[in-house]
Amino acid sequence: MVEKVSSPESPTLQKPIVPERAPSPETMAAAMQPSRLATQDFHFYYGALHALKGVSIAVPANSVTAIIGPSGCGKSTLLRSFNRMNDLIPGARVEGRVEVSGQDVYAHGTDVVELRRRVGMVFQRPNPFPKSIYENVAFGLNMLGLKDRSELSSRVEDSLRRAALWDEVKDRLDRSALQLSGGQQQRLCIARCLAVEPEVILMDEPASALDPTATARVEELVIELKSHYTIVVVTHNMQQAARISNQTAFMLQGELVEFDETRRMFTSPRAKLTEDYITGRFG
Amino acid sequence: MSISTFDTTFKPLPKQRRFDLQGRTFTTLAGLAALFIALMVAVIMGNIILNGWSSVTWEFLSGAPREGMTRGGIFPAIYGTALLVLLMVMALVPFGVGAAVYLQEYADQTAWSTRAVRFAVNNLAGVPSIVFGLFGLGFFIQFLGAGIDRALGLDVVYGKPALIWAALTLAMLNLPVVIVTTEEALKTVPREMREASLALGATRWQTVRHVLIPQAMPGILTGAILAISRGAGEVAPILFTGAAYFLPFLPSSPTDQFMELGYHIFVLATQSPDIDATRPLLYGTVLVLLALTFLLNLTAITLRARMRASLAGRS
Repeated sequence: MVEKVSSPESPTLQKPIVPERAPSPETMAAAMQPSRLATQDFHFYYGALHALKGVSIAVPANSVTAIIGPSGCGKSTLLRSFNRMNDLIPGARVEGRVEVSGQDVYAHGTDVVELRRRVGMVFQRPNPFPKSIYENVAFGLNMLGLKDRSELSSRVEDSLRRAALWDEVKDRLDRSALQLSGGQQQRLCIARCLAVEPEVILMDEPASALDPTATARVEELVIELKSHYTIVVVTHNMQQAARISNQTAFMLQGELVEFDETRRMFTSPRAKLTEDYITGRFG
Repeated sequence: MSISTFDTTFKPLPKQRRFDLQGRTFTTLAGLAALFIALMVAVIMGNIILNGWSSVTWEFLSGAPREGMTRGGIFPAIYGTALLVLLMVMALVPFGVGAAVYLQEYADQTAWSTRAVRFAVNNLAGVPSIVFGLFGLGFFIQFLGAGIDRALGLDVVYGKPALIWAALTLAMLNLPVVIVTTEEALKTVPREMREASLALGATRWQTVRHVLIPQAMPGILTGAILAISRGAGEVAPILFTGAAYFLPFLPSSPTDQFMELGYHIFVLATQSPDIDATRPLLYGTVLVLLALTFLLNLTAITLRARMRASLAGRS
């Protein structure tokens, strides 16, 4: 089994996250204190485009949260606000509050570099560096200034084990990461992200570029990882959201339509729009 | 709605001509142009190799010119050229890459100052090389060099033509090439790579240093290759800044003057007291210059091919 070096939450501290009967988003935000990720009346603009219109959400720790919605609904924008990856876009502007573990990430003087280490991200297309497998996983640690060889290699091994990739790559750590298959590359990207010990992992359609087998492996991994990490997954695939998530957020045209326990959302959605979307009437 | 509601009768299409005259004419002309270029190169190379081959002996490569340049070898010029190009690359690549990284990764792309710098870089590429030579004389030697001498209370040490000033002048000349090729190389690094690095908690500088520059390295080398080819053959920029007609010793310090192959060719071709006696040496020198440039290029190209293979995951 996975050997644990250290992780933000001890597994013994886990509580059942999802209440028996999920309350509305507002009461959920209050009930779930302390939530790992939260936004309050959060607005996001790309120049003149109003991409997020007053989103308030509270994501509980150590669980998988899926964000679903049609293309352009703002789900990736919301995801990328938690680690401020949107900062790279010229003309981007925000209003309102985004919190990670209670800290306002858009406050002046926020250490964005430290924030991004704590809030890891896995992207739609696997994007390993054109370096060796080992160097990919060690990258973040090297950037933190970790030099000790034996500690580096034990952390690399540990991260690869947690990402369920160790057995496949242990004999070729010095080979280029680009020689791996797409699914392996994506798990390598997850291992690379785990190596810097994040509290939160954001995943932007992590399986949309993968074949069904590789997708299944990534989904299994997500479910395994949620005992130690808070995971937010943006997905186009509603079946995937149903399979892997504890709670689901449905977004439409920059607004959060519904946020609830996944089981409940897919059986008895409150909003008509949610029902129409998950039954495939649009989107 | 039925399908038959729209008109299905078309006017007949014009028949395609079976003999494509325009196409054939163009293909023939383009082929001839390509052939002409290949022929020119073959004639030049053939002429140089045929006439120069017999002059290139060990004595020629290792000796110094004698008897008013009608005898002896060109070793001081080979040595000077190699040193000049080496110093130029050492000054040029860090400076050019730094400028390109700033322009591409840090500068506000819409700011007028960024556009002004880009405009200046592009115009620098169009300045004739003799102007660079005069600039080097005025700026590096008379201003900078003489200034250093004054400040240090020295006699004329820096304020005269020297290897270092010639190398810096050549570096100035080639700066636009390196900046532009490096910028292009940085542009081709996918956005995903920047995002991956930043999302792992790397700083902007760490991203530049450990992700972008390694991936842009083949492009940077392309710039260096172009600069070497051009730098080894340019005479005008070094004419006033350090090249010597003849030196009885090899340069041992950056403030020494030096002999250079391109300038030596000019000297052999125009300044010789006995042009017939010099001609074989002239051909030999041209052959050596070409071979040296080719060798330097080949080294850089091999290095670049290896880097590309490693970046593509074949290593």
